[in-house]
Amino acid sequence: MTTIQEILNTMDYGTAPEDSKIVREWLSKHESGFGHFINGAFTKVGETFDVQNPATGDVIARVSQGSASDVDDAVKAARAAQPKWAGLSGHERAKYLYALARHVQQHSRFLAVLESIDNGKPIRESRDGDIPLVARHFYHHAGWAELAEDEFPGAEAVGVCGQVIPWNFPLLMLAWKVAPALAAGNTVVLKPAEYTPLTALAFAQIAAECGLPKGVLNIVTGDGETGAAVVGHENIDKVAFTGSTDVGRIIRQQTAGSGKSLTLELGGKSPFIVFADADLDAAVEGVVDAIWFNQGQVCCAGSRILVAEAVAAKFEKMLRKRMETIRVGDPLDKNTDIGAIVHPVQRDRIAELVNKGASEGLDLCQGTAPEGCFYPPTLATGVSPASVLWNEEIFGPVVTLTTFRTPKDAIALANNSRYGLAASIWSENVNLCLDIAAKVKAGVVWINCTNVFDAGAGFGGYRESGFGREGGREGMAAYLKQPKLKVKKPEAAPAAPNAVPVDGAEIGMIDRTAKLYIGGKQARPDSGYVYAVNGGKKTVGHAGLGSRKDVRNAVEAAHKAAGWGKATGHNRAQVLYYIAENLSARAKEFTDRLVSFGMNNGAAKAEVETAIRRCFWYAAQADKFDGMVHQTKTNNVSIAMHEPLGVMGVACPNGSPLAAMVSLVMPAIAMGNAVIVVPSQDHPLAATDFYQVLETSDVPAGVVNIITGPRDDLAKTLAQHDDVAGMWYVGTAEGAEMVERESAGNLKQTWTEDGGARDWTSAQGQGKEFLSRATQVKNIWVPYGE
Amino acid sequence: MTVDTQRTALEHVVSTDMVATHAAEHVRNPGMPLDLSMFEGHAVNRSAAERRASTLSARRSVKKVYQAAWLVNAVRMIDLTTLSGDDTEGKVQRLCAKARQPIAPYIMDGLGLSDMDLTVGAVCVYPTMVPHAVKALKGTSIPVASVATGFPAGLIPLNLRLEEIKYAVGEGAGEIDIVINREMALKQEWNQLYDEIAAMREACGEAHLKAILATGELETLRNVYAASMVAMQAGADFIKTSTGKEGVNATLPVSLTMVRALRDYGDATGYQIGFKPAGGIKAAKEAIAWQVLMKEEMGREWLEPHLFRFGASSMLGDIERQLEHHVTGRYASSSRHAMS
Repeated sequence: MTTIQEILNTMDYGTAPEDSKIVREWLSKHESGFGHFINGAFTKVGETFDVQNPATGDVIARVSQGSASDVDDAVKAARAAQPKWAGLSGHERAKYLYALARHVQQHSRFLAVLESIDNGKPIRESRDGDIPLVARHFYHHAGWAELAEDEFPGAEAVGVCGQVIPWNFPLLMLAWKVAPALAAGNTVVLKPAEYTPLTALAFAQIAAECGLPKGVLNIVTGDGETGAAVVGHENIDKVAFTGSTDVGRIIRQQTAGSGKSLTLELGGKSPFIVFADADLDAAVEGVVDAIWFNQGQVCCAGSRILVAEAVAAKFEKMLRKRMETIRVGDPLDKNTDIGAIVHPVQRDRIAELVNKGASEGLDLCQGTAPEGCFYPPTLATGVSPASVLWNEEIFGPVVTLTTFRTPKDAIALANNSRYGLAASIWSENVNLCLDIAAKVKAGVVWINCTNVFDAGAGFGGYRESGFGREGGREGMAAYLKQPKLKVKKPEAAPAAPNAVPVDGAEIGMIDRTAKLYIGGKQARPDSGYVYAVNGGKKTVGHAGLGSRKDVRNAVEAAHKAAGWGKATGHNRAQVLYYIAENLSARAKEFTDRLVSFGMNNGAAKAEVETAIRRCFWYAAQADKFDGMVHQTKTNNVSIAMHEPLGVMGVACPNGSPLAAMVSLVMPAIAMGNAVIVVPSQDHPLAATDFYQVLETSDVPAGVVNIITGPRDDLAKTLAQHDDVAGMWYVGTAEGAEMVERESAGNLKQTWTEDGGARDWTSAQGQGKEFLSRATQVKNIWVPYGE
Repeated sequence: MTVDTQRTALEHVVSTDMVATHAAEHVRNPGMPLDLSMFEGHAVNRSAAERRASTLSARRSVKKVYQAAWLVNAVRMIDLTTLSGDDTEGKVQRLCAKARQPIAPYIMDGLGLSDMDLTVGAVCVYPTMVPHAVKALKGTSIPVASVATGFPAGLIPLNLRLEEIKYAVGEGAGEIDIVINREMALKQEWNQLYDEIAAMREACGEAHLKAILATGELETLRNVYAASMVAMQAGADFIKTSTGKEGVNATLPVSLTMVRALRDYGDATGYQIGFKPAGGIKAAKEAIAWQVLMKEEMGREWLEPHLFRFGASSMLGDIERQLEHHVTGRYASSSRHAMS
């Protein structure tokens, strides 16, 4: 044994092992295997698979492989329990959530030790990070359960939620999903990750201990197939998934047209931006917290360091020095900084990617790691955006370092990614920090800090990092819905456009040519064709037959109008009011146009009047749809900011050709988006008349682009377009399915609805939901203190 | 070559291979001309420093025999202190007796350290108590440290402050704990502050100068960093947090800032500066926390008395109790241990 004398010489830390006896006893009690937790009880153990402790490779448990029929049982149990659960008062549900929070706290050490054994994460992190946050989420959502009725008037639970969670924060991800779902009155079927199912099963026991009504929470273990069965189950109302972008894409395609609501929290390649005036020691420590936390298996890990050339050499030297004291090893040793990688497959994937980087000639600096399922802290320097290490989400303790010259350069590099989950900004200049925070494409921005989480703030990404938020008001909203509108008569697919000359068209005094409207200019369709627009009886005119090239041009034009999103709400409001003014001045003309489509004069007048009112309502909202400041940590301002999606596609229903289009376009542009509108296919001339209103109303070029033609073809091109951030489609059920499926390419946010669902001339045609759908929330964490 | 075999490429500084440097080999900091560029505009982010400080103690823990060793090591680095208006020769004698034998022999036996001549790092007293301490420590190598320069406020004329240093040195003090002029620091009169400290250093002669920054009164971490740098440039051998009389004593974020300042000074000049947190440090677990900070930020070398000291008095008693518990397995009572 080492003597005190010897230690006095070395001053080593030795080991500080966490006692795992109680957890090991629990595991051996379940040696025969774990069943699923369905309808308040554990099922008999079925066909099982092994669960390993990644640090030792030992098999620590056998867990049942969930079959389609297991999933079906779970969904049935959840379905049966849901009405009663939702029918409880908020206070009653709050009591259950409060009990869950308390019991998680009481069993916190048990859960922390189990998590570290199952996942490989250091006990320090599971003990000080994961489990306290789990309890915090249940506390926070006990509050939402209590308040939901007051805070979200008229909203109701979505129903049965199918939730699939990853292995990096097994119990925490469960909490992020289960707590808001239950608070809102939903019931849950959750599938934990194949590698790390054990804390979910322990949590099921805790739920039983708390007396949670049976069927409210169901846990089915298994692999990807089980997950697919949950996601694809026809009796599930909402799918919430956290995991890889590739799987997220598949789920988007799989759920297309199903009517299930969907939130995806996917991958990231988050920038970590260090400016020359930063506290470099703080930033170095930030890197440790960003990428050498949880073995780098963190979706929001700051994995791309961007450092100002002025301090790059110094920063790199400091970082290399800091790497020397990082300890990789036994997760149950309290002195371990980096534990085991979750599984050998994952470890090999990290090594393979780093080897690829090495073969590109990158300079690598690595610490040491023991043999086995461990990987050393790794820094790759001189990395450019062309490198594989810049682009691939490694999901390991590997960080790249790239230099930048100016703030503009830093932003360009930061945003040179398909992802948009998080960003860290390091500078002592608050002006610079907030400027960069506004410009970076990320759902979470940490200023002079990183990987800070709290139940009170929303978490979730931009771009291919997914959509929807978890935590905070915005996270709670994702588990509630407004009562669904009844579709009395579903929209029928419009007839194919007729692009050949027709007999006996109704011509006015002077023939008018309706063009497309792209980039503030009237443009002929690229196809060179027009199609006949039928009125009540005869053809009343022609509209351009838009095609994919027109969409391409319009999207380019819309991107050039980016200044619109930066204008003040007041500026945008003025433009919207002006649109109303000019529309009003030409009310008769628009009324006549609607009448020419076969509408009676009264209805036509009312529709024009509605369009004018919509402009006013959204002009009023333009400077009032505020974000908020969340209550999170001490000495921290956590700002939830509404930002426009960017460039949006808007495909309009066939009916109410003026009111529907204005009802869809106004909220989008009021929030700062630029739109490509595909108007009513059968009655596009109200839209083409409308561009003359836009032209006279100071709407900047590219903010509204109008393409007439075959709506669903054009919508498909828009849905597929990787440079379009959001897509609204109101039309047929088939079209909605198509849009959702085709949006998977860049995981753009979609909102689809049947053209027959809403009366666009009634109050249904406007509301805050339109504004929420036109925006995404960016949470900016600003710690303070001098 | 695969990446896995490249892992050794990183030079890994592991303390086990390192023989601790000794005070004898230590080269004193001669100081340097005032260089504002070494600290003006230097950013210290408060919330980040607080986060690092709070996670440092959580990241490292020493248990069992390691904990015992780390506590013994802490004893070696204590400046056992009495700075009270009612100090007398008798009180100082008692303190010195404890300094010579900080841990009861039966506990040292139990730790397997009966051959170790364990003493504290120094005894720290007021100037008029120096002769008593020198007398009481005769025959030991324990230095006597004296506070000086109008401790604790330092607001007496410079010539008197310098005279006080000379008096204490003349009485046999080997270390002088001076207080800096907070007015100059708060008004950022760095030139004047530098000159004062440089004059104090000169007055110390062979005695080592420990500069107390009174960080609780400087308040901001930027001020702390700047004052640390000025003190070192003026020739301080040690920088010390507090007198123990300010409203806020030694804290880990302040210590982190000062340690990083002395690291930066060392990088720029090659001289090793010592660090002394003082005031309010009472518990054995704090002894571990500060040593962890030194080891993580500076390395093994800074766990030696010529580069690190605790300004403390009651902490020793807690350490002794913990060490007895390590030996006996029973929780200890201070009534069995010699008081100071």
